[in-house]
Amino acid sequence: MNLSKKLLIQQEDTIQPAAKEIGRYFDFSRKSSTVVILIAILMFIGYFIWWLNIPFIEDIFTASTITLIMALGFQLFMGNSGILNWSYVGYVGIGAFASAIFSMTPAVKAMQVPTMYPFLINLHLPFPLALLAGAVVAALVAAIIAWPLMRLSDAVGAITQFALLIVINVLLSQWSQVTNGPRTFTLGGKRLTTLWVAVGVAVLVITAVFYFKESSLGLKLRASRDDRYAALSSGINFVAVRYCAYVVSAFIGGLAGGLYSHYILSITAASFYMSELFLILSMVVIGGSMSVSGAFFGTLLVTCLRQGFRQLELFLTISGFEASGSTEIVVGVIMIIFLVWRANGITGGKEISWSSIKRRLHDRFKNELIKNKKGEEKA
Amino acid sequence: MNAEILLEFAINVLSMGSLYALLSLGLVFVFGICKLVNYAYGEFITVSAYVLYYLGAFTNLPWPLVFLIGILAGVAIGFFSELVAFRPFRERSLDAMLVTSFAVSIILQRLFQLGISPRSKAVPVPAFFNMNIQILGVVTPMRNLLIIGTTIVLLVVLVLIMKYTALGVAMRGASENFVTARLMGVPANLMISAAFIISGFLAGVVAIFWSARTGSVEPMMGGAPLLIAFIAVVIGGMHSLPGSVVGGYVYAFISNVLSLTLPSSLLSFRDAFMFAIVIAFLVLKPEGLLRGNYQEERVG
Repeated sequence: MNLSKKLLIQQEDTIQPAAKEIGRYFDFSRKSSTVVILIAILMFIGYFIWWLNIPFIEDIFTASTITLIMALGFQLFMGNSGILNWSYVGYVGIGAFASAIFSMTPAVKAMQVPTMYPFLINLHLPFPLALLAGAVVAALVAAIIAWPLMRLSDAVGAITQFALLIVINVLLSQWSQVTNGPRTFTLGGKRLTTLWVAVGVAVLVITAVFYFKESSLGLKLRASRDDRYAALSSGINFVAVRYCAYVVSAFIGGLAGGLYSHYILSITAASFYMSELFLILSMVVIGGSMSVSGAFFGTLLVTCLRQGFRQLELFLTISGFEASGSTEIVVGVIMIIFLVWRANGITGGKEISWSSIKRRLHDRFKNELIKNKKGEEKA
Repeated sequence: MNAEILLEFAINVLSMGSLYALLSLGLVFVFGICKLVNYAYGEFITVSAYVLYYLGAFTNLPWPLVFLIGILAGVAIGFFSELVAFRPFRERSLDAMLVTSFAVSIILQRLFQLGISPRSKAVPVPAFFNMNIQILGVVTPMRNLLIIGTTIVLLVVLVLIMKYTALGVAMRGASENFVTARLMGVPANLMISAAFIISGFLAGVVAIFWSARTGSVEPMMGGAPLLIAFIAVVIGGMHSLPGSVVGGYVYAFISNVLSLTLPSSLLSFRDAFMFAIVIAFLVLKPEGLLRGNYQEERVG
């Protein structure tokens, strides 16, 4: 209800001159500062790790930046529409395979995947275009099948998305003329997704996801999430709005998939299934599914946790214990604990911004301020 | 000759269908009461199967006792997972419950991997299960007939419970409208616990026949029965208990027909076909073959 009202106000706002509109984005007291803060944090960590120049840590950072992009795309649909999108990793997989097929040279393709359709073998694009093409393929697949599915909500919607994930997974793992079937799909060549490529795309995606949320489309979607019927009665065709968000989310997923395949260089359909979904889901839930900052900090936290436990696991395995899989147990338990006691995650469903930081600082130092003032008065 | 093939086909469909009917019934009991699609249901079956494996391989207990303890293990995991993981979420959103059941499923899988073994273990089966018997010229293992018989007995017992006991009537009321049922004095905790216990019981029964058919148990084995239960439940109707039984048999029929008719190059895509059917059902006929009393709110 509140969001519907807010939407009306925003529509009135757009009548204001364009200059004022643009000026709003540079006003750091407003919400837009979120993007600046998130990007600054990412760039700072990225620059620090690049400066450290330790290949092992650089690899971890690049991989987790790619995961961050996945989490952001996931949050874009789940956070705004309130629908759990199980099929999302399927689109990541489609993007991964499609962009790999576009970027590999015909000679390499003929050697690595001998069963491939001839017309696919002859396709070849430079890396940036291949990334984009992979994302477009994922978005197209979503655009073709999603319309009837967007009408379904609740348990029915969840099962449909789950079924869709399985359909996509079976296709990816069995279609040997395209994805090399159940065998590993090797890209060959050198790693094209470097640290700065991943960070660059992540910066773009953070901006896009945030302004999507703040756009009238995002506002409409959140209005329909909070109350379908109130949204419907204020003229929101939420099937259409959900559909747009779903396709955009699939596009970002495809983009992340392309980056992933050019980072890891050999992929199978099994990499885009339940455990990957569980990882992304845990990041978004622990961070707070309602906000972009939530996806960001959730990814940061879960990545640190996972890497820490990975080292512990390696250490235990070396010293003779079989400990693989303990990371997921810990992440799962933390996720359930969060769902019980803090369902909106560490960010509480809010965005981080200048004003929120200021408020936080003000609250913290309020007592001292009062004391100082009293002291001054006495003096 | 033709009649024999037909009879063999019928026995296959009936025995697979009986197993799937029990499977989907276990899922629907929980869904009916809590509106929770329980992703951890497959792991209930795995727990039972592991208990069967340990008792069968390392002890000399008589078979009926082994089966009984295996089923009790299913009941126990159903009861305790509800108590620990699902009870705190009852008042929360549907998504929180879904995410939790997904997390419980992954946690249990990893626990099996860590605590038991990532590799599959052979589950010992009593000899009479695999004994071949002949009916009208068709040879079939004994377990196929056993599952059909077990299912008939269980369905009759469940129908009697649901129709004529106070618990059954209260559960049917709660699945139609939980709030009104509570206003009429139906205790919520008891209803949900009962649903999970029946679900775990059915999972235990399924585990016996499932592991007898595959002959082994591994940490990830819950996935396949869960997916089958999903399909059967959606086809039959998510809000009706008879619907889920019908769905189980229909699934067995469709899957057998697809196995016979699909060319071998497309056979590996069978799961994709099955789930495409599920999506079609949910979009076009979300109430399933048999319509329940209560209908999910659906917009569009």
